[in-house]
Parts: sequence; C-alpha cells; structure tokens
Amino acid sequence: MSDAKQIFIKDATLNAADGDQRAFIRKALGGYYVNRDLQKARYRDWERARDAASLAKWTAVNDLANQLEKFTANFERNGGVVHWARDSAEARAIILKIAADVNAKAIVKSKCMTSEEIHLNDALEKAGYGVVESDLGEFIQQLRGEAPYHFVFPCMHVKREAISELFTKHLGTAPTDSPEELTMIARRHLRQLYVDADIGITGANFLVAETGQISITENEGNARLTAALPRIHIALSGIEKVVNRLDDLAVLLPMLATAGAGQPMTCYNTLYAGPRKPGECDGPEQFHLVLLDNARTRLLADPEQRDALHCIRCGACLNVCPIFKNIGGLAYGTTYQGPIGSVITPHLRGLKQWNHLSSASSLCGACTDACPVRIDLHHHLLHNRRNAMKQSPSLFDRAFHAGFGFVMKRPTLFGLGGKVFRATLPLLKKLPLPYMSAWLKTRDLPAAPAQSFREQWKDSDHG
Amino acid sequence: MADARSDILARIREALQVKAPKPHFKAEETAGQPVKIAKPWLPDGGETTEASLLILAEQLAKLKAVLIRVPDETAAGQAVADLARSKAWKQVAYHGAPLVRPVAAALPCPAWEADASFEKQKLEGCDASITSCESIVAQLGSILVSSASSGGRALSILPHVHVVVARVDQVVPDLATAIALMQAVHGEKMPSMLSFITGPSRTGDIERILVLGAHGPKELYLVLVG
Repeated sequence: MSDAKQIFIKDATLNAADGDQRAFIRKALGGYYVNRDLQKARYRDWERARDAASLAKWTAVNDLANQLEKFTANFERNGGVVHWARDSAEARAIILKIAADVNAKAIVKSKCMTSEEIHLNDALEKAGYGVVESDLGEFIQQLRGEAPYHFVFPCMHVKREAISELFTKHLGTAPTDSPEELTMIARRHLRQLYVDADIGITGANFLVAETGQISITENEGNARLTAALPRIHIALSGIEKVVNRLDDLAVLLPMLATAGAGQPMTCYNTLYAGPRKPGECDGPEQFHLVLLDNARTRLLADPEQRDALHCIRCGACLNVCPIFKNIGGLAYGTTYQGPIGSVITPHLRGLKQWNHLSSASSLCGACTDACPVRIDLHHHLLHNRRNAMKQSPSLFDRAFHAGFGFVMKRPTLFGLGGKVFRATLPLLKKLPLPYMSAWLKTRDLPAAPAQSFREQWKDSDHG
Repeated sequence: MADARSDILARIREALQVKAPKPHFKAEETAGQPVKIAKPWLPDGGETTEASLLILAEQLAKLKAVLIRVPDETAAGQAVADLARSKAWKQVAYHGAPLVRPVAAALPCPAWEADASFEKQKLEGCDASITSCESIVAQLGSILVSSASSGGRALSILPHVHVVVARVDQVVPDLATAIALMQAVHGEKMPSMLSFITGPSRTGDIERILVLGAHGPKELYLVLVG
C-alpha cells in the first residue's frame, strides 16, 4: 500500500466520523446550492451553454502548441516577458531569479493554485522573502500553516471562533464572532502590504491567444490590487489555460461564476495586457508570465482523458461530491481536491501512488453533471482504475480476475461455484479476505438464498 | 539539452498526434443571416434598450450596487455631491474624463485628478473615487473599466467607495457585445488593464457568509446620465 494511500485512509476515516464537521460543511454549502440554482435558471439554455463552453476549451486544448505560440507572441508584443518551466523546480527557479534581479524584499500574492502545486511560498520564504497571501481564505490558511481545504473556498472548514483566535494571536486584534468584523481586520492589515510590496504574484484563469491578454477571476479585489500596486507583476499559469478568442470569455466567465460560486459573474474579471503603458498613470514596470507544464503534457497524451485539461477550476464538482462532503478537502493530500483532483493527480504525481483516489468515489456522477465544461469525471475515475490494474495488478487481483474469467466462461462450473459460494458464505465472512473484510466492517452481508436465480428460473413456469 | 520552450512545445505536438473526439455542439442556425442575439442560450440581456435597462437595474440591485438615474450632467453632479455630503467624504480622487470633471467640480469636498503619477498612500487615504467606464453589461450587471477609461489600475479598486459616471448609451445588452465593442475600439492596442466590475468587492470565505468590501470598494454607485 502506498504511503499516500495509508495517510488517506487514516485521515478520511477520522474525518468521516466527525459528525459536527460534516454538518458544518453541509451548512456552509447550503447557500451555494440555492444561489447556483437561481443563477442557472437565468440561462436560456444551460445545457447548450455547457456545450459551447466545452467546445471552446476543446478547440484550444487540441491545438495547444499553435495557440500557445500565438498567445506568447501577442503577450510579448504587449510588453510582457514569457518564461517556460518544464516542472516545479524550473518554475521556482525562474521566480526566485526574477525576485533577485529586481532586488525584491516583500511579496504579496493573490490566490493561485498553481503556486500551491509548485510549493512556491516555501521556496520564497527559504530564500528570505516575506510572502503574504492576500485572498482572505488563503491568508487564514497561511496563518494556520495549513494547505487550502477547497481550491475555491480555501478555509470553508474553519469556524469563526477559530479565525478570531487566530487573528488575536497573530495580529493582536480583539476577539469577535462577526464575519464582517473579521473580514475588516484582514482588510486593514493587508492594505498596507500591497502598498509596500515590490512584487505581486497572481495566477491566471485564462490566456487569450488572440490578444495576448491574461484573464484573472476573483471576488475580493485582492488580485486587482496585487497587479496594480507592486512594481513587478509575476503571473504563474499552467499551459492548458489557453482559449483561442476573447469572445470565448463571453461564455466562460459567467459559467465559471455560476457553476463555481452561484454568482452571475464574480466581482472582478480582469484582463491584463503587458505592464504599465506609456500614458498610463500606474501599474507595474515589468510583467512576467511563467508557463508551467509539470506533467500536463502527460495528461494531454491520453486522448481518453484529455478533456480533464478543459477544467476551469470552478470547484463545482467538489461542492456536489458526497465523498468531498464527508471526508473534507484536506484528506485528499492533493493540490486539487475532489473529483477533478482524483482524476488528474494520478497523472501529475503517478498512478501507482495515487490510484486509491479513483476508488474514493461512489460513481454517482454528480460531478460530471455539475461540470460546466462537461468533463467526464466519474468515467475518468473508472479509466484510472482500469489503467492502474493494467499497469501494476497485485497478485490477488491477477489471480482473482484469471479465476473469475475462467469460471464465467463455463456455465456448469459457474453453477457449481455458486453452490459452493452459497454454502461457504458464513465461513467466508470470517476470513480476512482483501476488499471483503473492509467492506464488512461497517456493513451486514445478507444470508445467501437457498436457490440461485438459474435454479429458480428452471423451477418457475418459464423454465 | 533543448530549451524549455521547444521541449514543452515538442511534447505537446507529440501528445496531440492522437486525436480526441470533438464535443457535440450545434452553432446557431442563421442561414446566412447575421445573428440578432449573440449566444442566445446565455442569460438574457434584453433585445431593446428599455428591456436592457430593466435587466440592468434588477441585476445591480441583486449585486447590492446602487443605480442612480439622472437626466443630465448637472443632475449627475448634484447627485454625487449629495452622496458626498451624506457620507461625509473628506477627500475624493477622480479620473479626468469629460463626463467626470464637472461632477468632481460640484463636490463639496477636496478632489484631485489621479491621471498623472501619484502617491499610492495618498490614494489609499481617499474616501471615494469617481471614474468613467468603457461599457455596461445589462445581462450581468457588469461595468467595464480600463486603465484608459478609469484613470489607471488602482483608482477603481483602492478607495473605499467607487462611483462610475456613464451615459445611458454606454449600456450594451450582453458580455459578447461588450467584448466585441472592446475589440473594435482598441484593436491591437488594448489598455494594459480591462476589468469587468460586477458589484462591490465581496467575500464568503468565513463560513460562506457574504461580506461586502473584502479588499476593494465596499460601495459601488453607477450614475447613469440620460
């Protein structure tokens, strides 16, 4: 059993038994369901909108090399600098070099899951830079020293009392149980940090090939401030975030907001084309973009699951997932939690270590139904299970499947096997068989019927 | 060893040797006619100006943004001056657009034009900012500002209150129209920042409870002239 799997089973078991926490998460998501349905109802045809969104991403991802070349040429024409990184280490080295070149001290960040993926904060702090997360949820998680719980709602599992204590401890503020007051504490604290920072680091939601702009989606305004006040702007993005045309955003921006947060649009959807231009009164002197592969091309090479790269990181699949709601986001141990994380993590980090996430699913398909770009999420979990079995089946799996195949092709043997199975079932329950014993720990197995279906059929009028 | 760029592009081209099935989508059947409404499956933005204005008012109200309709520029100045008095603004920064200057001149408090280089700290100390905009999207209640039409990047995000002054004819039905207009106006020379502002800044990060004014303006006013 892989280390990751052992940790997962331990954490998931622990969290699933925490009834209070589960109720808290369900309550927190309650408002989202209401708002999402209200907003979806405003679409004249949500299903066609999903088709269009899916096609926009398909078109870009299946022409990725050409679109990236077009995008980078336009991005550079706008005055930006493009850097390519094959993996996390290269991306970190590029950003550390920029920070050293511009003699930076303080760095302010807006929410960027790709930076979590490459463990950027650790690297920057080790190199002696002060790094502050400015998104409220990320700020709270940074103070807690904990990874994000949900890639859109990073601290949705933390109760207000805990946040108040955290702020008292780190910021010296008076305790309060008002979410509004807590938000204002963070607002006041962070304002000065934007003004003082040398570098602002953001992510990117979309890279527009046609115009060379990057698009950033947010609600709080922290990304706007991060890209406005510091003298250097660095954006970090996966290579798959490309869309061909600006017009594609007319579909993708509203759908991202509706599927992800139950909003018509998020508060700020901002397009950046280069650093401060002549005649503009503010903005950064330099604009850098780091384009990260980090095994995305490995996922691209699998045509069956290539559509997982269409993901616009709205988080809708997490919000509807019964597994996510029961085990919570931290148990996954991944940068991207929930169904999409379970699908892509084995590609990004290795199937052998991470295939167990494919089984952390009831295959109910709620994720696939919720996905605004129609990623076939629950089938991809099955694809990963199949691929893992092909790649490195255990001795038990090989023996079991060989035996099952042999018996299933021989009706007499099948009938006999059934008889033996029914007769020995009470004994089997007590044996420590793989899969079976884990399943029976929390479930009762009904007694076997006296007759098989085939025997009943023969005895009936039809037989 | 090849550089990272050629390496990654080569990996992509190699990966795309095998095709993935194209998703099913039937584009609008227009039979050679120009499409009257772009993307008729998205939320409605109104087919007439009147319909669009109704949708806009409804959307802004839901977003907790305040819409102030005035007949002319004098009335716009009056409305914003009333706001300044009732909120006791002490200092306001504005973008020197033709529509904004007379409004700023009518203010009862000190106001300065933030179009030249300025101290960030000074702007942070302002109670409110007044800017123009590029267009307004009825469908979603979004206001498109840019580093050209709104006095740079910080003016429309740093002060605690943001007031946008616009003409009624700047209202467009939907996002697709606003984007097409943006491309027609700026072509290859896009302003370095274009931002669709949809309501005052907000967060739900604490227990998913809505709080306005997370980092950007807590209050957003749209003064529509005409």
